[in-house]
Amino acid sequence: MGNVVKKIKVGRLLLFVMLVAFSITMIYPFLWTIFASFKTTEQLFSGKPLDLIPRPMRIENYKDAWNFVPFGRFLLNTLFIAGFVTLMQILIASMAGYSFARLNFRGKNIVFIMLLGTMMIPGHVTLIPNYVLMRYLKWIDKYQALMIPVIFNSTCVTGMFLMRQYFLSIPKELEEAAIIDGCSRFKAFWTIVLPNTKPALSTFAIIGFNAGWNSFLWPLIVINDVKKMTIQVGLSYFRGVVSSNWGVLLAGTTMAIVPVMIVFLIFQKYFVEGMVTSGFGGK
Amino acid sequence: MSLPLKISAHEEMIGTKRGFSLARREEITGWLFITPMLIGFIVFSFGPILASLIISFTDWDLLQAPKFVGFVNFAKLFKDDYFIQCMSNTLYFVITMVPIILVVAMTLAIILNQNIRGKAFFRSVFYFPSVVSTVAISMVWLWVFSPSDNGLLNTILHKIGVMNTPDWLGNIATVKPSLVLMRTWQSAGYYMVIFLAGLQTISPELYEVADIDGASKWEKLIHITIPLLSPVTFFVTIMLMLAAFNIFEAIYVMTEGGPGGATNTIMYYIYHNGFRLYQMGYASALAWVLFLILVVLTIIQFKLRKEESQ
Repeated sequence: MGNVVKKIKVGRLLLFVMLVAFSITMIYPFLWTIFASFKTTEQLFSGKPLDLIPRPMRIENYKDAWNFVPFGRFLLNTLFIAGFVTLMQILIASMAGYSFARLNFRGKNIVFIMLLGTMMIPGHVTLIPNYVLMRYLKWIDKYQALMIPVIFNSTCVTGMFLMRQYFLSIPKELEEAAIIDGCSRFKAFWTIVLPNTKPALSTFAIIGFNAGWNSFLWPLIVINDVKKMTIQVGLSYFRGVVSSNWGVLLAGTTMAIVPVMIVFLIFQKYFVEGMVTSGFGGK
Repeated sequence: MSLPLKISAHEEMIGTKRGFSLARREEITGWLFITPMLIGFIVFSFGPILASLIISFTDWDLLQAPKFVGFVNFAKLFKDDYFIQCMSNTLYFVITMVPIILVVAMTLAIILNQNIRGKAFFRSVFYFPSVVSTVAISMVWLWVFSPSDNGLLNTILHKIGVMNTPDWLGNIATVKPSLVLMRTWQSAGYYMVIFLAGLQTISPELYEVADIDGASKWEKLIHITIPLLSPVTFFVTIMLMLAAFNIFEAIYVMTEGGPGGATNTIMYYIYHNGFRLYQMGYASALAWVLFLILVVLTIIQFKLRKEESQ
């Protein structure tokens, strides 16, 4: 008996050590990047990558990234675009989600399944026609191209599903009293129902913003003007242009990662919730 | 869905007064609420799918009017050596990445579903890389794989005595496994969280009954956990497959299809044809072939799953 207990304890310990080792391999590359973003190019190429401490500390990498390469502009562009898209998605998708949860109309199930079905459609099929449409509308190199079509992506469907599930979980009586009193359906939705869905709205906002922040292929295709680039496209663009100046590039990379890291640390549970819903939404 | 066939006289009276019956009003409101989303998806999703098919039958460089060419693009595709190379590279990623990430994610989930000290911490740490953009992660991993003394992986290998280290991304033999490693590192945590959610739905009573029967840990895993996870496993397999077929960003940033075309994937080839060569017709044909492959594979998986559960 004592041996079995010992065996289990040793097994547990080994497992724990393994998990710690795994965690280090997950965290170390990010830590390395943050430290390396303060190193000089000479130090980066000195053949001692495991020496984390920047010597000397070169904060100019960030100044250069901000001035010489317009990373500040990239950050603002991304913030503005991802923010707008997320807000629109929340408005449009929660309206649709409400309708699917609460209202009866002919064709409801078919439309619902069709919308969910778009999650299974790989983005590359719609890429070329949408690009052609942008050219036709003369939206290439305009913010509209990054703001309007992007609203209707898979995150919008995920959010719609998330909101629908949430509406189903709150009692109907909440808005029905108001509707009987003559309040319009939209007003009841806007002033009574929506304020009661804050947890779902937060989840939606977080996953929407994260998707917008990280999106790459579409902004890569529709924007050539450096001033209008998003952070991810800007980062990859400047890899080609200032390929020798890795200190600046790593400063840019850090700027692309750290905001996500902060948001993740604060709102972790919303990330997980949104993901689990999107995971099961497609089922 | 069912509409009341007979509306009470009273309701009818109100209804006619306002011009609509109540059910009819609800119907209109229902459609109005979904209209913005529906229009958006018709314009930017359903319409483009159809348009993509039409464009695939044309020769179109965006400068001149599209010329209808019938099946020429599709015929060209099967004689295109690059296409065949891209397809086989893509299949390599699908065949390696799907099972590897699946097994890693499921194992991590099963381990972290137990009472282990710091499990919340481990879960967050494993999950974190999947919320970071692939572009940023690729920039970081360029340094991990860097061939000279400046690369993290090779430096560590040198430290532990492995001297003959390859140029991971510059060598045809190692570039694909390197990308598989990076993608596993990046996304296993994401699927782990989905598996964890699935594990929550398994009733603890089943394990209690098994304990009474004297089942070992291993037996419980084989006979309870894995079978009951199968809906989640199925779902994760499809998601992984879609992700592996669509691999693009890591290749765009890290290898640009090289060395020697070893990482030319179908998605990268679509991008190349569409947005570097402006061959909209051919790129659309490629996109549709990839789409059809995905549809067929998904249907096969659904069928297999149905048979399994019967």
